Amino acid sequence: MDFIGAYAPSHLTFLLEGFWVTLQVAFLSIVLSFAIAIIVGTLRYGQIPVISQLLAVVVELIRNLPLLLIIFFTYFALPEIGIKMDKFNAAILALVIFESAMLSEIVRSGLKSVEKGQIEAARSSGLNYVQTLWHVVLPQALRRMVPPIVSQFISLLKDTSLAVVIALPELMNHAQIINGRNVNFVIPTFLLVAVMYFIVNYALSVVSKRLENRHA
Amino acid sequence: MIDMSILFDHWDLFLQGFGNTLKASLLALVGSFVLGTIIAIFRIAPMRPLNWLGTAYVEFIRNIPLLLIVFLFFLGLPAVGVRLEPFVAGTLGLTVYTAAFIAETIRAGIQAVPIGQTEAARSSGLTYIETMRYIILPQAIKVVIPPMGNQFINLVKNSSVLGVIAGLDLMYFGDLISADTFVTFDVYIIVGIFYLILTLPLSLLVGYLERYLAKGR
Amino acid sequence: MKKSLLNKVAGLGLVLMLSATALAGCGSSKAPEGQGGESASGTAATGTLAKIKERDKFVVGVKYDLNLFGLKDPGTGNVEGFDIDIAKAIAKKVLGDENKIELKEVTSKTRIPMLKNGEIDAIIATMTVTEERKKEVDFSDIYFTAGQALLVKNDSPINGLADLKKGMKVLSAKGSTSAKNIREKAPDVEVLEFENYAEAFTALKAGQGDALTTDNALLYGMSKQDSNYRVTEETFTEEPYGIAINKGDAEFVKTVNDLLKELKENGEYDKIYEKWIGEKPKK
Repeated sequence: MDFIGAYAPSHLTFLLEGFWVTLQVAFLSIVLSFAIAIIVGTLRYGQIPVISQLLAVVVELIRNLPLLLIIFFTYFALPEIGIKMDKFNAAILALVIFESAMLSEIVRSGLKSVEKGQIEAARSSGLNYVQTLWHVVLPQALRRMVPPIVSQFISLLKDTSLAVVIALPELMNHAQIINGRNVNFVIPTFLLVAVMYFIVNYALSVVSKRLENRHA
Repeated sequence: MIDMSILFDHWDLFLQGFGNTLKASLLALVGSFVLGTIIAIFRIAPMRPLNWLGTAYVEFIRNIPLLLIVFLFFLGLPAVGVRLEPFVAGTLGLTVYTAAFIAETIRAGIQAVPIGQTEAARSSGLTYIETMRYIILPQAIKVVIPPMGNQFINLVKNSSVLGVIAGLDLMYFGDLISADTFVTFDVYIIVGIFYLILTLPLSLLVGYLERYLAKGR
Repeated sequence: MKKSLLNKVAGLGLVLMLSATALAGCGSSKAPEGQGGESASGTAATGTLAKIKERDKFVVGVKYDLNLFGLKDPGTGNVEGFDIDIAKAIAKKVLGDENKIELKEVTSKTRIPMLKNGEIDAIIATMTVTEERKKEVDFSDIYFTAGQALLVKNDSPINGLADLKKGMKVLSAKGSTSAKNIREKAPDVEVLEFENYAEAFTALKAGQGDALTTDNALLYGMSKQDSNYRVTEETFTEEPYGIAINKGDAEFVKTVNDLLKELKENGEYDKIYEKWIGEKPKK
């Protein structure tokens, strides 16, 4: 095991460059999936006749598929039916598809967890359905959803590593390039990569606990 | 719409992959349950070093990618003299990873059992281990079944990482077949259907269980 | 108390790492590939040549993990090799400047999809011409001929196909002709395919296989990187390399073929060959 060689300054920079791509992909995916999840989760909660059921089927299908498969699908299969995009966009699309399905379930159960009493009180005070949703139900639901949502974000950050299979130049991909130069770099490089993921994810979970405590 | 001839031409490979995916998921489920239970007990045992060990394990493993763990087992271990077959390395990685999550579930289950039970058991003369084994764990298990169902579904999905280290699973063969035949859309749809055959019924079952157990309260 | 210290350390580590990452990321010359409308998009009907001239850049898919043909150096960030030099020659011919080039990483598995979806103008990545592939893409004239062989540890008893016995494992890359060929020629042996050759080689070095198989030129490159490994003498297939271009783009194919002829006639080809392979090309 060659720690010194593995941790050469140029290698460290190279890893950080990969990490930068990881963070960018994760951030864009998180923002997009969150927006879509709120819409889908709310629509399902609203139990609108055709739409809610259709969404339910789509969400169930996506949630039960491996993310790796979805990544392969967006990058390799979609072009066959005319939808072409580069690795960066394919990775984000795959992550967004998968994560919004997962997040929408969290949103939906969060909405359901708000007591009926609250809704009844709001409606009898004269607020209509949409106003009730926006001002009473959603805010309370969002607070409760914070831990599972952050935990899903952490998953997302880790899942960006799967994009190594379409050669997205993220952290895992760069780690493999370094490992390719010398087999003695493998363990040192992977350990460092593990620490990098750990630091960010652990920090996220700490933030989650803080938010949880504040709004409890 | 979809060309099923691909399925029939490579039926043996699809089946082999499906079998290995199922095998890996089942093995990892059992393994991570056992390992997870041990870790959970470590975390709540009245011994500081064990607490620390359990917490360190859970916090570290949960925050790093599964793929990284699997690569470490497959490419890293040989450096310290342990060479594992792709399937074994992958299944072991799955086990170690999932155990960290299951440990938390089981810990919550154990802590859900009223403390009075433990007190009664200890004052009747049972040791800590005996209390755990005969009184606490059996009750905790009941609480833990639906989350375990979810973990099994996750395991089936996560087992797809075996495809990246030539673990001869469904994802691997699907990938091979599409790379060889240049047919991507149809092949990946077929692979998706195979995965859904495993995960959809499980998902419905878990949903049913959750509703059933909720009524029992 | 312990928890709070750990939190503080994690927080500090996080801040340090994010700053370093942002600096490294912003400092590096490349933005994530394809962000914004940079990639060559559209179908072959609009003519690759026109697109290249309009963009004023030749976007080409090369390998990043093969010594001698296409290898990325994590230290300098440069990608170098035989294929890259050929690519530069094309850029020079079409745009007048060999530096008007953008290299993108491809693997045996991703190269055809990337060509088809417009991410790259051409594939110059140790790609063997086969009848099956001709159905998907168009090829230029042959620019290199290799033969498939095996890479083994120096003390390995394997010296050729005949020595491959049942129970042995041979490693290769998904989507390569090598993987297909070895399965046909040594059906008793277990073939494991990885995402790219770098992974396969790392796996070989980790003892996960008895041999690695691909074209001998590539194996020589690997052997150079790690002297514990040698290439078997006997080649059991012929692997002619061609430059792959989107189907139906005869204009660009002709441009490339003209260039290849030029290079062979004016001695440039021999120079590139000698630079990487270490000897003059056999006629």
